[in-house]
Amino acid sequence: MSGFSVTEPSNRQKWIAAVLVILYALITIAPLLWIIATGFKSPEDAIAYPPKVLFEPSLEGYVNLFTTRTRITEGMQQTLPPPATWYQQIARDSGTMIAGPSRYGQRFLNSVVIGFGSTFLSIFFGTLAAYAFSRFRVPIKDDLLFFILSTRMMPPIAVAIPIFLMFRQLGLNDTQLGMILLYTAVNLSLAVWLLKGFIDEIPLEYEEAALIDGYTRFQAFYKVVLPQAATGIASTAIFCLIFAWNEYAFAVLLTSGTAQTAPPFIPTIIGVGGQDWPAVAAGATLFLIPVMIFTILLRKHLLRGITFGAVRK
Amino acid sequence: MAEVTLRNISKSFGPQVALADVSMTVPDGSFVVLLGPTGAGKTTTLRMISGLDRPDSGTILVDGTDVGAHSPAERNMAMVFQQYSLYPHLSVHDNLAFPLKSPMLRTPRDEIARKVAEVAEILQISHKLDNKATELSGGEMQRVSIGRALVRDPQIYLMDEPLSSLDAKLRSDLRIELKRIQASMGATLLYVTHDQIEAMTMATHIGVLDEGRLVQFGPPREIYENPVSIYAASRLGSPKINILPADLFPGAPAGAAHIGLRPEHIRLGEGIEARVKRVEHLGDQTRLHLTINNHDLITLTDPHTTDKPGDTVKITPQTPLCFDAGGDRIK
Ligand SMILES: Nc1ncnc2c1ncn2[C@@H]1O[C@H](COP(=O)(O)OP(=O)(O)O)[C@@H](O)[C@H]1O
Ligand SMILES: [Mg+2]
Repeated sequence: MSGFSVTEPSNRQKWIAAVLVILYALITIAPLLWIIATGFKSPEDAIAYPPKVLFEPSLEGYVNLFTTRTRITEGMQQTLPPPATWYQQIARDSGTMIAGPSRYGQRFLNSVVIGFGSTFLSIFFGTLAAYAFSRFRVPIKDDLLFFILSTRMMPPIAVAIPIFLMFRQLGLNDTQLGMILLYTAVNLSLAVWLLKGFIDEIPLEYEEAALIDGYTRFQAFYKVVLPQAATGIASTAIFCLIFAWNEYAFAVLLTSGTAQTAPPFIPTIIGVGGQDWPAVAAGATLFLIPVMIFTILLRKHLLRGITFGAVRK
Repeated sequence: MAEVTLRNISKSFGPQVALADVSMTVPDGSFVVLLGPTGAGKTTTLRMISGLDRPDSGTILVDGTDVGAHSPAERNMAMVFQQYSLYPHLSVHDNLAFPLKSPMLRTPRDEIARKVAEVAEILQISHKLDNKATELSGGEMQRVSIGRALVRDPQIYLMDEPLSSLDAKLRSDLRIELKRIQASMGATLLYVTHDQIEAMTMATHIGVLDEGRLVQFGPPREIYENPVSIYAASRLGSPKINILPADLFPGAPAGAAHIGLRPEHIRLGEGIEARVKRVEHLGDQTRLHLTINNHDLITLTDPHTTDKPGDTVKITPQTPLCFDAGGDRIK
């Protein structure tokens, strides 16, 4: 072999690469670890300076996240019956009494419904539109594609007021349906562009073979094109979900009660009984989990990558 | 199986004329081979018939019915693509079963299993049935692609250079197999090839395409013995027909500009002197490369010939083919 072999890096090169990758991973993951750790700190430890790396774990943040509490005095402590459950005990230890459940669970559920609902619709319509743009002779195709993309060019705040007025007319203000439609509309441009790229890469020959083999155009689409677009669909779905999941500006402006998602809700936790950083951190930690699970489930489609086809070039 | 007729089919891609006024009938139960160099319009012809492309003008009839408005599925034709086009997400077995599972056929399970096994056996790919279609060699992909057509019983089989990637042994096996299937099932085939052995041995009819025009259509022997032009004459014969100036030999008919000599038109022993340039032993034939007044020609000779380069031999044309200045045949 010549000295230009690209097959095997030397050991030293591997070490340098490993160190760089680990360093980069630590830097990106540090805020995440910080949040997760803060969720398990007591309020005093959470604001301690210098920050505590080692601390006694506490579930107080999580209890506070899921409950509303009233402050009780020393005197009242004596008269109350002893706490019946471990979480009542935790509340009691911090001088409060649980008054009822918080709205975090319901806000979280809104996020799930709106996030996954809009992701499903974005992928559904996005795939159909991308297929049409990729395969059919659409009049003024390039203009239409540019127009679709241009919906992403302005900041949400620029369109928030017209949308707010429109939603009020249609009775969509503060409804899950309204937020699903809005996020679908925003994500659709991304979905169409990404998916069109993936579908363009799938040779036309497979569909032609399916047409010859006795299938209709639509059957060829879902029997032959869809399975091969799986990689593209999976990655597009992840992008759509992450956007809808984390979206803040529209959610703040268009939801306040029944349809409020978790992102605008989490900061409001701070106000309940002082600066409750552990509860905020606990809310953020739990909020990460669904996206992480979704990404891990779809990961095998991402890693499979582009399979080299069985078409002779 | 059915008779397929093309009537005045024309097709252009932008300025590029792919087919110009092609009319031809593929009779029921026949094996028609299309010959022509790359770009002659062979693939385009198959795509018109299958319905993947629409002609600019002209009609296509199947058993007398105009199928112009029918979708490819409705035409019920099987096609072997030049570029294989196997479904990469399916196994070899599922590729072969795919047409049988179509809404057009809805074949019962045990019938699918039987047909797939039978076709895999014929094509010698039984041991690869569980492979992904992408995990095959070029020759294996090509066989799966033939198999995907053979599992069906269509109006017509359209095959675009189906044996081009196979080694010689497999190619001759499959040549015999395809011919047998065609003869025993009475199938109709329209077949594209560059290989003249395939054309001569399998065809009942040959169509010669030249830049989108069908210049001759007829049985292989007729194309070989009675070509209409230098172009048609050059499609068949190995070694290729020798085209020489008519005045090189005495006795050319009036108006002849070129004469065409196949080896069987050349008698060795007397006549005009030719110098031997090379003797080529190919195993099944022995070629003699000659030159007369700087015009080269190739003929066949006895395998035990003692001729060697630099020798002189004498040759006489016998009933040669004569062509005018434009390349058309003069009778
Ligand atoms: N989709 C297409 N777009 C543009 N030109 C094409 C297309 N298909 C075929 N052609 C042209 O039509 C002519 C005939 O092509 P084809 O039928 O593929 O030839 P063959 O199969 O005999 O090699 C060629 O000149 C080719 O470049
Ligand atoms: Mg071709």
